Formats: sequence, structure tokens, C-alpha cells
Amino acid sequence: MSTLIFRTVAPFLTALMLLFSVFVLLRGHNEPGGGFIGGLIAVSALAIYGIAFGVAAMRRAIVLHPLTIAGIGLVASTLAGLVSLAAGVPFMTGLWIEPSFAGVTVPLSTVTLFDIGVYLVVIGGIGSIAMTLEEEGDL
Amino acid sequence: MTLLPLAAAPAGVDLAAAYRMAAPGLAEWLTILPVAWCLLAGAVLTAMRGATRLHPGLTVAALAVLVVMDAALLVHVATHGPVTMMMGRWLPPFGIAFTVDMLGALFALTAAVVALLVSIQALGEVDDGRRRYGFYPFLLLLMAGVSGAFLTGDLFNLYVWFEVLLIASFGLLVLGSEKTQIDGTVKYGFLNLVATTLFLIGVGLTYGALGTLNMADIAAKLAAEPLGVPAVTLAGLFLFAFAMKAAAFPVNFWLPAAYHTPNVAVSALFAGLLTKVGIYALIRVCVMLMPAATGELSLPLGLVALATMLVGSFGALAQDNLRRLFGYLVVAGIGAILAGVAIGGATGLAGAIVYAVHSMVVMAALYGVAALALAVAGSERLTTLAGLWTARPVLAALSLMLFLSAAGLPPFSGLWPKVMLIRAALEGGWWWLAAGLILMGLLTTLALGRVFLLAFWRPVADGAVAGGSATSVTPGRAVPLSLGVLGLMSALTLGFGLYPEPLIAAANEAAAGLLDPTAYRQSVFPPAMNGEGTP
Amino acid sequence: MEPVFAILVGIFFAFAVYLLLSKFIVRMMLGVAILGNAVNLLIFTAGRLTREVPPVIGAGLDGPVTATANPLPQALILTAIVISFSFFSFLLVLSWRAIDALKTDNTDRMRLAEPADDPAPPAGY
Repeated sequence: MSTLIFRTVAPFLTALMLLFSVFVLLRGHNEPGGGFIGGLIAVSALAIYGIAFGVAAMRRAIVLHPLTIAGIGLVASTLAGLVSLAAGVPFMTGLWIEPSFAGVTVPLSTVTLFDIGVYLVVIGGIGSIAMTLEEEGDL
Repeated sequence: MTLLPLAAAPAGVDLAAAYRMAAPGLAEWLTILPVAWCLLAGAVLTAMRGATRLHPGLTVAALAVLVVMDAALLVHVATHGPVTMMMGRWLPPFGIAFTVDMLGALFALTAAVVALLVSIQALGEVDDGRRRYGFYPFLLLLMAGVSGAFLTGDLFNLYVWFEVLLIASFGLLVLGSEKTQIDGTVKYGFLNLVATTLFLIGVGLTYGALGTLNMADIAAKLAAEPLGVPAVTLAGLFLFAFAMKAAAFPVNFWLPAAYHTPNVAVSALFAGLLTKVGIYALIRVCVMLMPAATGELSLPLGLVALATMLVGSFGALAQDNLRRLFGYLVVAGIGAILAGVAIGGATGLAGAIVYAVHSMVVMAALYGVAALALAVAGSERLTTLAGLWTARPVLAALSLMLFLSAAGLPPFSGLWPKVMLIRAALEGGWWWLAAGLILMGLLTTLALGRVFLLAFWRPVADGAVAGGSATSVTPGRAVPLSLGVLGLMSALTLGFGLYPEPLIAAANEAAAGLLDPTAYRQSVFPPAMNGEGTP
Repeated sequence: MEPVFAILVGIFFAFAVYLLLSKFIVRMMLGVAILGNAVNLLIFTAGRLTREVPPVIGAGLDGPVTATANPLPQALILTAIVISFSFFSFLLVLSWRAIDALKTDNTDRMRLAEPADDPAPPAGY
């Protein structure tokens, strides 16, 4: 699969798809999208990179081990639920803060944190499966 | 900057009609904390791939905290009755409910204790490679799934926890990737996938028929018109799915095919916990939610129970490999529990619950015996093991206690559930199930007695492996640590054998709660609330 | 529409069961994939088929104006899809490893864990 054309296009495609995955993730709150589908798009991007340059390059590109990423994501999602403990409401209740940065109000919520966690879990979990499948030979 | 629950409501909208406004108390938090705690600990350990040296200590600490949480939950449920927390402030039956009654709390506590003991045993058993592949994170995620299954009050949520524990168990089963493990995991994986899919079909059809997935709501709706919907079909589907998870005949073959392949600590954990989750779900869904429909199916269930007991105990007699033998004993025990469910009534169910709790501890301990035989003698085959009695008297004494307990002989905890089950069977006119239980006890005694005779009592001869020879396979702290854990488990089974009253009282209360789920229902739908679903 | 969907679900199940009964892992994998879709379709049908009105409450309203589609089966299906997807990917890796390590995709010949010639335990000593 590593033709010259593919290897030239792959980095741009990967970058674009990663950007798109973040867009889908953040859009997911009120419109179709969200952490799971965003994560899948991100994994597809990484897979394209891996097909073009090999699994070793893919591992270098994401710096952390995929399962570490999944672990961080799961921590984020669980903590998003446990914030409720401090707020005196049941587990997994959506909580909002609306801080202002230079006059712009940015609504942030535990729901978003949960979704980001899901995004990371999908990248980590499916990413590590994709790497195993791409690493031919030594399993 | 304050935390706002929800965006501010528009004027004229009454939030109290859709949301629970009161703050939850600590007891309500206890229903969800065991699950959240295990998930969090498992996630932190997964992320800490650079410091796997810290994994064992952190896991034991996390599981000790889990035991404390579950014990507090049990005490609360015993004194105040069932407790419920609705996720995300939704009013029942719309949100996901975590509802804990005596049955759930008892099983959750036992599971946590077994997991803690197995994790201590694993300190010596699990090598660096397996640790690096994530034995401990998987263990914690498995416990998240197990705790979630025991504590949830929502049918679909139960399915989700089943899948969580299944994924974690896959990870534990292939850890190390030896050929036999891959072979075992293929069978385990496909058959368990089919079982959970059947469960999901049941969930979908239940939703289609009743329009609700909240367990308390389902119980209320089915109690109002017991056979108005195709409830017998649903109960049959659930029975089949959970019987497959619990490894009942004729869908038991995945268990002896897989449980002897992984690391012994993993075998012990699986034998103790996983089939019991299937049993728990069967009791919860079939007995509590659909009592009338399950009553219609009690004869086939009784036949399945009888066949499971016989297949399990005859299978155990035919095995040479210790862990495969114990795998069949797990199956036989499932048969005894199913017999209690088939007989039904307060005594039968209480007997089944006590048997399940006893079996969680003792089956895990039996695999501990296999682990030690493997560690000190380098073999787990009856053809080669010999003379362990002279080489390892302490191990032999503890093993004898556990064997007697597993066979259901006094003065150990295995005796009481058998007595309760046989009495319930005779009172209910199920004489053939009583006969089956006694025959199974006899066959189990034979199988385990032969293990003791061959592996421990037999003098060392040519070709046999002397226990405790100079070529001890696992050096260092593994053996004393495992012996200590085995001692604790033996002490538990001896303790509950000599003083079974608290356990039997708890099981009686759990069985009463299953037969009359009014308290369970009122915990989800408080009587003061004018919600639908209260009968 | 429900009867049509019910028949469709039945056909899906028939295919899935047929493939799962095969002794070759690759066919079983296809069976697993179809089984997952059959169940999703079943849940979708069990939640009643309704017109394509999204279950969204308009601005300034207290509840939906007309009958809307049932959102719950969609949530259930989404969860089930996620779970069956991760299952499928795990089983895919597992099957590949099995074929690589055991040199066969015929489950009849996977007898490593339970060898056919396992000795019987000694009858005495």
C-alpha cells in the first residue's frame, strides 16, 4: 500500500481527519456527533498513517502507548461522573460552568468531559487493536 | 464560578416534574461507589503503564477499600432495607437506577472478598510479563463489571455490566498468549458472546412488551398481569441466556474447555465469580421479575439442574488434570444452585443463595490448591502428583478441609446449603432433585477423595513427582503467600460451617425480598411520590 | 411495517445461526457480525416504528407537540453497536492469533486445551 502517492497524501489526510474528529467530538453535544464517532474518525486517521509509514511510525506519532491513552480517557469519564459527589447531586448529573474569557462566555460541562473521555478510550482501545492487526507476523 | 446542575430552567417550567430535586445521601452513593471506584482504579492503573511495579500494591489497596464499601452497603441494607440511586437526577422509571437489596449486597461483598484474597495470592503468582500486559487493571475492570451487575436496578444496564466483565475476562484469559490459552479463549469468547446476545434479545423483547427496563417497574407491571404478555417466552429466553453464562447443562462445555488454561490466579477468580454473576442475574430477572412465568418453567429447570449436577460430578471423576477436574466441580455446583431455583419458595431460594456464596469462596480456594500443587511439585496431574502429604503437611491439611467443604461434609460451610436444598426439595415434592443432590454429594466426595488419595497420600514412586522436591517451580514468596490466602479461605469456610446463622439469616432475608419485592419497589418508587408504576 | 421487519429480523437470525454453526472461525466471525445487526434491528422494531419526527422539544415549549419517534431504542441500539463493535474487533484479533498460533481455522482441530488423548486418572496405586 505504501506507494509514493499514498505516502505523500497520508500526512495531510491524517491531519485533516484528526481535526475533523475533534470537530465532530465537540459538535456532539447538541448535534449528531460525539466522542465515540469522533474517536473512530481519529483512529481511521491513525490507521491511514500506519498503513503509509508502518506501525512503528504510528506508535512514535502518538507518543503515549495507546492503552495509556485509553486509561486517561476512562479516568476522565469516571471523574466526570464523580464531580456530582461534590455538587450534591446523583452520579452522572450534567453540571455546567460558564466562565468568561475576554467577554466570551464558554459553557463547559461534565458532559463534555465525559465525551472527551470516551473519545480517548476509543482512540486507545481501537487504536491498539488496529496496531495489532497491522503488525503482521509477530503477534 | 459555580457548578450549575443543568442550564437554568425557563420560566414556567417545573423541573421537579422531571428531576429529583433532593440531594442524595451517603447511603445512596454507596450503591454506585463500588463500581465507580473499581473503574477509576482500573483506569488509573491502565494509564500507569510506566510504573507496573506499583500495580500489585495499589490493586490490593483498592480491593480492600472495595471490601469496606461493600461491607458498609451490606450493613446499611440489612438495617434500612433496599436503597436506590437514580443516575443523573432522572425520575424513575426513566433514568438508570442502581438499586441494592440484600441479595445484591451479599453477592457484591462476597465477590469483593474473593477478589481481594485472589489478588493477594496473585502477588506471588503473576510474573513481570503478565503484569506488564495489564493483569491488575483487567482485574479491577472485571470487578467493576461484577459489582455493577450485582448492584444495578436496570435490565439494560445489567447487560452493559455483563459486557464490561466479559471484555475484562477476555483480557485476563489470553494474558500470556500461550497456545492452550488462545484455544480456550476462542471457545469461551464465542459462546459467551452468543449468551450475552441472547440476553440482549430478551432485553429488547421485554422493552417491546412492557415499555420499561427498570427492574422495579417490570416487576410491578408483570405482577399486575402475570401472563398478559408473552412472559413465559421472555422468561425462557432469559433462563437460557443466564444458564449459558452460568454453565448449566447442555450449554456448559465452554467452562471446562477454558478455565484451566490461564494463569491459576485468573482461574481461581473466574471459578469464584463469573458463573455466579450468571446465577445472580438468573435469580434476579427470572425469579424476582417474572415469578409466574418462571414457575411455569420450573420442571424443565429442575431437569436441567439434575443433568448439570450429574454431568459436573461424573465429568470431575473422569479428569486427570486438577484444574479441569475443579472446572467440572464448578459446573456441578451450578446444578445444585439451579435446583434451589427450580424448587423455589423461601427455603429453596435461600439454599441456592447460601450455596452460591459458599461456592464463590470454596471454588476459588480449590484453584488455589491446584496453584500450590503446581508451584511446589511442578505438576497438576493426578498421574504424576504424589506424596504431597509428607512434603507439605500444611498444604495437605488445608486442602483436606477445602475438599470436605466442597463435597458438602460437616463441619464446613458446604453442609448447610445442601441441608437447606434437600429439605426444600423434600418439602416441595421434588424427591428426584433431592436424590440428585445426594448423589452429586457422593460423586463429588469420591472425586475429591481420590485427588487427596493420589496427590497427597500416595507414596512417591517411580515416575511420580515428589512434592517439595529441590526443583520447586515457583521460588520465593509465592508459596507462603498462597498458603496464607488458602488458610484464610479455609478459615472462612470453617467459620461459616460452625456458625452459619448470620449467613443463613441474610440469605433468608434476600429470598424473602425476592418473593415479595415490595420493599425493592418502594425503594425505587417512594410511596409519597405519585409516579406511575406504583401498584 | 412491523411484520415486514419481523420477517427481516428472522432472516438475519437464520443467516447468523447458520454461519455460527460452521466449524470455521472466519464464517463464525461473519455470523457474529450478522447476529449483532439482527439484534439491533430487533430492538429497533420492538421500540415501535414511528414517523420520522425527531424527539426534540422546540424552543420555549414544555413538551413535544406531536407524536415523535421513540428515542430510547436508538440509545439502546447505539450502546449495543458500540459493544458489538468492540467485541467483534477483539474476536477478530483473537481469531487471527488462533489461526496464526494453532495453524488452523477449523475449531474441530483446536484440541490443545482439551487433548483427545488425555489420560484417565489412575484407578489406584
